[in-house]
Amino acid sequence: MAVATTPIRVLIGKVGLDGHDRGVKLVARALRDAGVEIIYTGLHQTPEQIVATAIQEDVQAIGLSIHSGAHNSLLPRVLELLKERGAEDVTLFGGGIIPDDDVPRLKAAGVQMLFQPATPMQDIVTFVKGLQVER
Amino acid sequence: MSEAAADRASKRENVVTMAKQVMAGDVRTVARVITWLENQVPVGSAVLKLLRSPVQRAMVIGITGYPGSGKSTLIDQLITAYRRLGNTVGVLAVDISSPLTGGAVLGDRIRMQHHADDPGVYIRSMGTRGQQGGLARATRDALQVLEAAAYDVILIETIGVGQNEIDIVAVAHTVVALTTPGLGDDIQAMKAGLVEVADILVVNQGDRDGADSALRHLREWHTPVLRTVAVKGEGVPELIAAIAERQRVHDLVQVSR
Ligand code: B12
Ligand SMILES: Nc1nc2c(ncn2[C@@H]2O[C@H](COP(=O)(O)OP(=O)(O)OP(=O)(O)O)[C@@H](O)[C@H]2O)c(=O)[nH]1
Ligand SMILES: [Mg+2]
Repeated sequence: MAVATTPIRVLIGKVGLDGHDRGVKLVARALRDAGVEIIYTGLHQTPEQIVATAIQEDVQAIGLSIHSGAHNSLLPRVLELLKERGAEDVTLFGGGIIPDDDVPRLKAAGVQMLFQPATPMQDIVTFVKGLQVER
Repeated sequence: MSEAAADRASKRENVVTMAKQVMAGDVRTVARVITWLENQVPVGSAVLKLLRSPVQRAMVIGITGYPGSGKSTLIDQLITAYRRLGNTVGVLAVDISSPLTGGAVLGDRIRMQHHADDPGVYIRSMGTRGQQGGLARATRDALQVLEAAAYDVILIETIGVGQNEIDIVAVAHTVVALTTPGLGDDIQAMKAGLVEVADILVVNQGDRDGADSALRHLREWHTPVLRTVAVKGEGVPELIAAIAERQRVHDLVQVSR
């Protein structure tokens, strides 16, 4: 490629016991088509695996998909582990079945953005592209 | 802009510290230096110049072969085996970047994720970013970083290849090429390119029909040819032994030079 813009690296995956992977796969594909380098972990990840992976892969952001209802424990746990390992500069965002009532609390805890069902893909792409900073 | 410039200046001051941290095996530093090398940020090559590998060099194993043949699954098993043998393991897993957008979905590590939180294992996914030949633009540089960080065994997964992507031969001490039953019968295809330059041929998915005949055909052309079932770990000890044998020869040649 002649015009070698540096792609942003983003971890995308599913945490917890939850097999709903249609949405996350569509998101991964849309981001790839927008020039993002996705590190895809697949299903059933623990917060520990997610954070270790994010550090080894030196991603700028982590996007997690959750449809199991366990978002109120899983997302704060990821934030906690990022802090423990000195990686709080990594942006955490997510999507899936997250009731409106839970969104403010999760955002206050440090989750940057949450995307609910039927979010247009372009909104997600715009958000992620907006994260690009020099590294 | 001035903020970015100041940031770069402080990075330069930190080059020596960063190099030391890499050589002390600090994972965050290893990861960040590889990012700089991938992004061709000058500070990355400055750190690289200061890196020294331990006297006991890492064993560098290339895993290549057809798309979907089971490279990542086999690497997962090799990690398990080398960890049991008491080795630390680094992995560089290369996948193709879209030539249109530069984006990529790097999915090799899905098969290796239960090693993600083992501190003795470092796994890094790399997009080719326009590089031809089966590796990423910065794979060689990243390998130097992992060698300096003193991983005992370094496994490199190439993109799923056909016949011409053979850069791995110049990078790894031992090249293992995977094929699967069905493909193995096509001797003309097998004779060309990749298989010719592999040190060890593996018929993976050895649980599938046609494995025996693939083995028979390939053994007329190449040795050694091993059978593995990566999903179950079958044949992995034999593969580890074959790699060790090959590595011994490699080390002997190095010493006598
Ligand atoms: C399809 C589906 C299934 C399929 C899943 C197939 C698959 N491989 O994905 C099957 C049939 C297997 C299934 C099973 C179950 N399901 Co179901 N399923 C659905 C359904 C109908 C649609 C989900 C879907 O694919 N939507 C299409 C995609 C494109 O949308 P999406 O996932 O929401 O993604 C969008 C956003 O959320 C966001 N997003 C999602 N992930 C991410 C990640 C990132 C990083 C970002 C940025 C954005 C993002 O972006 C996408 C684009 O807008 C929903 C109902 C619904 N309307 O959502 C229930 C639903 C999710 N399922 C539900 C349940 C309960 C189950 C079961 C437990 C049922 C059971 N008792 O057996 C099982 C559990 C299976 C398992 N192992 O986890 C509940 C969850 C309830 C809850 N959490 O409170 C729902 C909400 C149905 C309901 N109303 O009760 N299910
Ligand atoms: N039956 C059988 N399936 C296997 C075996 N090894 C791997 N597979 C399956 O083959 C598919 C591809 O495996 P991967 O390990 O992703 O293959 P790969 O060569 O890394 O694929 P790429 O990186 O995409 O080229 C997966 O569904 C594996 O579960 C095996 O020994 N037997
Ligand atoms: Mg693979």
